[in-house]
Amino acid sequence: MRALLLRDLRLAFRAGGGFGLSLAFFLMVAVIVPLGVGPAPATLALIAAGVLWVGALLAALLSLDRLFALDFEDGSLDLLATSPLPMGGVVAVKALAHWLTTGLPLVAVSPVLGLLLNLPREGYVWLLVSLAIGTPALSMIGAFGASLTVGLKRGGLLLGLLVLPLYIPTLIFGAEVVKAGAMGAEIGTPLAALAAITAGAWAGLPLAASMAIRANLK
Amino acid sequence: MLTAQDLSIARAGVMVLVGLSFTLPAGRALILRGPNGAGKTTLLRAVARLQPIAGGSLTGGEEDIAYGAHSDGVKPTLTVAENLQFWAQVYGTDLAGFAMESLHLEALAQRRAGQLSAGQKRRLGLARILVTGRSIWVLDEPTVSLDAASVALFGLAVAAHLAAGGAALIATHIDLGFAADVLDITAYRAGPQVPVLSGQFDEAFL
Amino acid sequence: MSIWEYANPKKFMETSALALPWLTGLSAALLGAGLFWGYFLTPDAAKFGSTVKIIYLHVPSAMMSISAWMMMLVASLIWLIRRHHVSALAAKAAAPVGLTFTLIGLVTGAIWGQPMWGTWWAWDPRLTSFLILTLFYFGYIALWQAIEDPDTAADLTSVLCIVGSVFAFLSRYAVLFWNQGLHQGASLSLDKQENVSDVYWFPLLVCIAGFVLLFVTLVLLRTRTEIRARRMAALLSRERSGGERLA
Repeated sequence: MRALLLRDLRLAFRAGGGFGLSLAFFLMVAVIVPLGVGPAPATLALIAAGVLWVGALLAALLSLDRLFALDFEDGSLDLLATSPLPMGGVVAVKALAHWLTTGLPLVAVSPVLGLLLNLPREGYVWLLVSLAIGTPALSMIGAFGASLTVGLKRGGLLLGLLVLPLYIPTLIFGAEVVKAGAMGAEIGTPLAALAAITAGAWAGLPLAASMAIRANLK
Repeated sequence: MLTAQDLSIARAGVMVLVGLSFTLPAGRALILRGPNGAGKTTLLRAVARLQPIAGGSLTGGEEDIAYGAHSDGVKPTLTVAENLQFWAQVYGTDLAGFAMESLHLEALAQRRAGQLSAGQKRRLGLARILVTGRSIWVLDEPTVSLDAASVALFGLAVAAHLAAGGAALIATHIDLGFAADVLDITAYRAGPQVPVLSGQFDEAFL
Repeated sequence: MSIWEYANPKKFMETSALALPWLTGLSAALLGAGLFWGYFLTPDAAKFGSTVKIIYLHVPSAMMSISAWMMMLVASLIWLIRRHHVSALAAKAAAPVGLTFTLIGLVTGAIWGQPMWGTWWAWDPRLTSFLILTLFYFGYIALWQAIEDPDTAADLTSVLCIVGSVFAFLSRYAVLFWNQGLHQGASLSLDKQENVSDVYWFPLLVCIAGFVLLFVTLVLLRTRTEIRARRMAALLSRERSGGERLA
């Protein structure tokens, strides 16, 4: 398992693009939205939390279709499926590698983007906390979606269609934490719900994804 | 080590092979022959448990099979040594050095796999089989894009594996230079009248 | 004689051929009677006028859009556990029907909402949930269409249906939470049992029964089509492989 994680991280770094690209995309969203909405600080402060969470969602989605596709195309997935590693573990490790290369850097730069979007000062802590807790769920749910479309030639578009509805609860609770936190309101419930979704996704989805991958390898 | 009894295999809802039986004892190699599309790859994938069987039984080897497919699963951005080291860790062996030695890859160890020629890459893919340390090798056209010297090298590796008590099931058309049984699967191809039987229920219409 | 015998396609085709004319007639009769009763034989409501009568389309289709997904969930589980092809094909057949009911529910809701609240669309929790359900239907149908191998498609859509059900359920609660601060008071929809008098309630029951039967009829019909299509594909590919053998 550790070997697989290290290999995937090494591949991500050697290929370059992978992790810079999602970050750049995240930044792009934070720049494009004020250009579209207008520079009024009050408006931006109101939508900052939602925009940053939607940006995180899209940035996570961007790199998903290569999560299993590369290994599928060069035959590695067949070899992993016949190796002693349990398929559910392979899925979990790949989702973890995806989070480490896209989710974690995204969490780290989010305060800077909060600055661009005039996020109220009380919101920064909760932005960091909610993204840190919520983005692992995005990676795992995305890995599940990628496992469904791995055998398809043009899976990218379909992947978005399948994964985005599954992201809805994470998005709602995550953005709610930031919004409520920025207003100094009660954040216990959405934070707990967000954590529960992440925990549940990591507990249940590796199994579902491994079923999907095995079906795709047949 | 591996026994197939009256094996039937379907692919995409259509029967491919029917009534196939063979045994693979330790120390022996079984060469699969048959024209393109006869079902060699499908059979090997079923033996590797990547594909469910539609009928009959397949026993043995669940934990002993090293499967080598058409594509090698070689990562171009990793070096030759890194590629092999990864699989050694996955299988919990320390055979990466031995595998490189057997297939004459030492000189290339620090080279990125992406810079290898097709034949060298193939040798790396075959070295991966050695790295697994498993006793039953299931190989699909292992000699594609190998030159004569490399084929001989590979033949020696298989012979050594068999001498050590291993077994091999290989789909290939060329002579690998060691004694082996031959199974021509053409005779077991499913005819147009054979229906797919799925599960214990009679789904006769398919 | 077990219920699983109907999972045999041959048995299923025979039984459904017998049942279909009756189901078609009965659902047409119930729908006709219920809608006529509801639209022409009930008085206009004091507060809402005649607009309220759209409930005879809106409520049953909204109910069926959820029931259809539930049926797909059960059929998917049966496929994954017992590998009956008819079950997988029934789930496939139900999806477009369920999607249509969802869209009817949304459109009639918008038409009803215009005179009631002065807007075609509000991000009311219930409306939003149905919109999200539409997205799940789209994803499910798109996945069926994207995959060539029918058994693989059945496997993958079944897994998606099960995981999707969990997330659809979560979305429902997330949406309730999301909008609690914006809309004060109760949900904009009527609570049927308590707020609707018997005059409106009985025709509504007839309409609901009619919609249920309509759903069953359409799903049976579509499942029969899917079975025939599947059989045809199998025959064709068998013929093709046979032809290659001779050549």
